[in-house]
Parts: sequence; C-alpha cells; structure tokens
Amino acid sequence: MSDHPSTYTPATGIEKWLDARLPIVRLAYDSFIDYPTPKNLNYWWTFGGILSLCLGVQIITGIILAMHYTANADLAFDSVERIMRDVNYGWLIRYVHANGASMFFFAVYIHMFRGLYYGSYKAPREVLWLLGCIIYFLMIATAFMGYVLPWGQMSYYGAVVITNLIGAIPIVGPSILTWLQGGFAVDNPTLNRFFSLHYLLPFVIAGVVVLHVWALHVTGQNNPTGVEIKSKEDTLPFTPYATVKDGLAMIFFLIVFSIFVFYAPDAMGHADNYVKANPLQTPSHIVPEWYMLPFYAILRAVPDKLIGVLLMFAAIAVIFALPWLDTSKVKSMRYRPVMRWFFVLFVLTCIGLGWCGGQLPTDMVFSLTNDKHGNPIGLSVVLLSQILAFYYFAFFLLIMPWIGLKEDPLPVPASISEAVLASHNKKKG
Amino acid sequence: MSEPENGGGQDPNRRDFIYIAAGAGAAGAAAMVAVPLIGQMNPAADTLALASIEYDLSKVEEGMQAVVKWRGKPLFVRYRTKKEIADAKAVDVKSLRDPQTDAERVKAGHEQYLVLIGVCTHLGCVPNFGTGEYGGWFCPCHGSEYDTSGRIRQGPAPKNLEVPEYSFLSDTKIKVG
Repeated sequence: MSDHPSTYTPATGIEKWLDARLPIVRLAYDSFIDYPTPKNLNYWWTFGGILSLCLGVQIITGIILAMHYTANADLAFDSVERIMRDVNYGWLIRYVHANGASMFFFAVYIHMFRGLYYGSYKAPREVLWLLGCIIYFLMIATAFMGYVLPWGQMSYYGAVVITNLIGAIPIVGPSILTWLQGGFAVDNPTLNRFFSLHYLLPFVIAGVVVLHVWALHVTGQNNPTGVEIKSKEDTLPFTPYATVKDGLAMIFFLIVFSIFVFYAPDAMGHADNYVKANPLQTPSHIVPEWYMLPFYAILRAVPDKLIGVLLMFAAIAVIFALPWLDTSKVKSMRYRPVMRWFFVLFVLTCIGLGWCGGQLPTDMVFSLTNDKHGNPIGLSVVLLSQILAFYYFAFFLLIMPWIGLKEDPLPVPASISEAVLASHNKKKG
Repeated sequence: MSEPENGGGQDPNRRDFIYIAAGAGAAGAAAMVAVPLIGQMNPAADTLALASIEYDLSKVEEGMQAVVKWRGKPLFVRYRTKKEIADAKAVDVKSLRDPQTDAERVKAGHEQYLVLIGVCTHLGCVPNFGTGEYGGWFCPCHGSEYDTSGRIRQGPAPKNLEVPEYSFLSDTKIKVG
C-alpha cells in the first residue's frame, strides 16, 4: 500500500551504494517481501502469481520456438513439423507453448471470476480492473495470432473468419480488411505481420502487468470479505505467507499443466490443424480454440453479420464497464445472498455458451419431433445460444444495476481480523 | 536572465503565433510519418499485379464444378444441369435477401456456366456444393446456404456469392479479371 512506509534497511555496503542510486532492491523488498497482504486470502487469490508464471513460460518457450520457426506461407507448416520431429526437444517446447496458452486462459478465467465474485472491481480498484481487462484483450489478440502461425487448416480459416469480422463494418470495412490482410485474401503478408505482432504483444502484456501490479499495490488487495484493511491486525507480510501459498498453488497448477503436455498434448487442439492450409477447401467443421468459444457462440447466435460482430465485441466491452454497472454497496458476494445465485447462473451461462460455440451451426440440443420437410423441431444450438447470450448481457446490464439497489445484504464484518476470529471460533465451538 | 513583467515576449500575439505554428508543424510532421507507417500494410505492388486468368470451360462437364485459384481466392466454375437452371429461375426474386435474377448472374447465351468467387459473404469461408436445403452451396463455418444461382437464402451471410468480372473469349474460354 502506498501509505505503508518502507522498512528496507540496506545491510551491506554494495546495497547501500545501490540504494542511493537506484532503489530497486528497496522496491522489490517493499513489493514482494514486506508488503502487507490481507490475512484471510484464500486459494482463489493465488491465480495472480500463477498468471505471471504462465506469461513467463509463454515468453521463454516462444522465444525458443521463434529460433526454429519460419514465417513464410510456403515454409511455416513444414518448419513447425520439423520442430516437432527433428529439433532437439522441439516437441516439448512446442507442446508447452501450445498447452501453455490454454493453461494461461484457464487461469485468467478463474482470476476474472474471482474478481467478479468478491467485487474486486469496485472502488477504489476500477483502474486495476480496467488494466486487467486490457491484459485479457491483448491475450486474446496474441493467442489468436499465435494460433495462425503453424499455417494449418484451422490456423488459416481462423485467420480468415476473424479478419473478416472487420469487413462487417459498413463502407470502410472492406478497405480496412484489405489493409489488415495485406492482400485480397489471407496469405503470406498476413502471416508475416501476425508473426511480428505475436512476438511483440507478450512484451506489451508484460508492460501492462507492471501497471496492473502497481495499481494493485496502490489500493492494496481485496479479500474474501470485501472489507478494506483497517489495521495491522488485518494483515500478514507477503513473504513468507503469500509467497508460500502462491508457490504451493503453482505446484498443483504445474502438475495439471504437465499432465496435458505429457499425456494429452493435443487434447485441446484440432486434428485439422495438422493439415497444411488450403485456401480452396474449408474444413467441414471449423471452431476456434476452447477459450474463445463463448464469444464465437454469441457471434453465431445472430443471423445478421454486422449485429453478430458488434455483439461479440460488446461481450468483451461490457466487462470493461463492470465497475460502473454494479450499484451494490457491498463488495463480496459472500454477503450478497441474491446476487450470488445470479453469479452461479452466469458462470454456467459462460460454460453453456462455450459448449454451443463448439457445435455445428445446424446441430440440435434435442429434438422432439420432425416437421413435414423432415427438419427437426426442438431446441437448436442457435436458439440455446440466443437464450444464453441474452442472459450474458442481462447479467451485466440489468441484473447488476438492479439487484444492487434491491438486495438486502447480510451483515458485513467490522474488520478482516474480526471475520477471521469469528470463523476460527465457530470451527472450535 | 529575468523575464519581463508581461509574462514573456515583447508582443504576446507573436508568442501565440509561434506556439500555434510549432504545434501545426508537429501535427503535420506526425501525419507525414503516419502515411508510410500505415500505408506499408496495404497490398504490395506484386500482390496487386496478380494477372487476370483465362480458363478453358471444356474441362468442365455438365453437373461438375471446377475450383480455380484467382487472386488468392477460390473461383467456382460450375456447369449447371437443366434442373439447377430451372430451380434458379423459379425463385421469386422479391423474396430474396439480396434480390437478383438468375439472368443477372450469368452471361446471356451461356447460362449453363455459373462463375462465382467461392468465398462466403459472411466471414470468408469456402462453401461446399451439394449440401444444404437449396440445392446450392452450404458454408460449414456458420451455416449460410446458397441456391443454384449462388444467391443467399438462409443463414448469416448478407449477400449473394460474388460474380467476378469476366468475359467469354470464345464459346469455351473465359477471361476472369
């Protein structure tokens, strides 16, 4: 916290010398050793550290892959196959990088749902939340461009569909599309610029992460009660308490990560991406990676090109607006008995949209009977997507503002320390 | 050096002029730098120079479709059956999303040949022939369906499959582009 005075005392001569010139050790000490953390943080709070680990893994494996990869439409696919077969440990590095992207998104979704449940976006943490949203948006862009690089069928048609979203803009859309693709179709110029940007963006993300952590250390961390830190009784130093807790969570996270890398490396990929890109033949079922499926389902829920594209972008934009949509005075949903259920429904909606995004557009969830043309009548994937997409937006735009005003929250503890003692006594008695 | 009491130069208007001129100069310079930085992403001269192609229609038989690459995109050349032509003509044009008669989409006297850019007008996938309800193309990405004239009938695509600029050089040869 900004009002927390520095307790760093340089021990050695060289530390004193450096501290008078660039107090970088002091900054690290105050930020990651003596930094006061709320003492009631649970394991949902360990995903911030896990996400830094993910970013580090992606950057290191990515730099190595770039040493062996060739960004050319004729050579890219073969160079990736060469990494898989011939480059020493190439298979390992690439599987870590490819599955690392999925693990990164898995962690970021938990991190975001945690922020949503405990009201971590509410005053005074709006800027912290906005920076997080920017990181998430950059992650989507980076992951998408990275997925194009192997130049398989899914890569190619993923790039075609996503760049064509821009073409939906009236009047200027087609010119912007040609400008983005660098030609009249996705081709070598598109691949080259995507490689350049895919290399750049992770470092931009790292920069925004620094701002995100800075903003976090200005306001201090939120905690499961949503009550701000009031005295020293409420906190514990970051090291060893948070470092060890984060470390343990990272170990379990890395175990799951390793299971995917070593035992199911292609479980989250698509077989079609092991077929070289062919501009003349679209695979019969194209889907994006799992972490983008909910947005893909929203895109397909609308039978109009422009509105579908706008809604898909709105689904991301509305997350940015969250701090100003929630009218509740209570942060944590632990003390919001009504909102909590809408939150559970929201999580299920996101999972449901993800499922819809993975189905064929003509699929049925279930069919009761057939009409006279033999077409099934029942719940189609499109209809289910429409219902879920409606709830997705209603949650932010209607439920958030309305329930916040109407709900009767449970009594909020006076301080973090009081809440911790109360739960301790309850367990004992 | 001490500043004069009137807060700067001898003549405030001259000082303002320098500020505005410097600001305008910087803005102009920024715009001039932006032009090449943005423009480099547009199609390069060699990409633009993709020549038009000629295609020999005798290679396509009735009921068959050839797929040719043109400007990086697939070009469908379809020799339509009599039933397909009749189906395309029987459609009530007013009921279409992007109203066009079948005659507007083929060359007079060569209506058996349908030449289309094989790119779905929704988000750019390549539609497949023979699936879907309208006897024409079906896009596997988001379920747009086109009829035997390549006109949009159902699904999210806003427009008919595009007919490129082409002409008949002889009865069996076309030039596209």
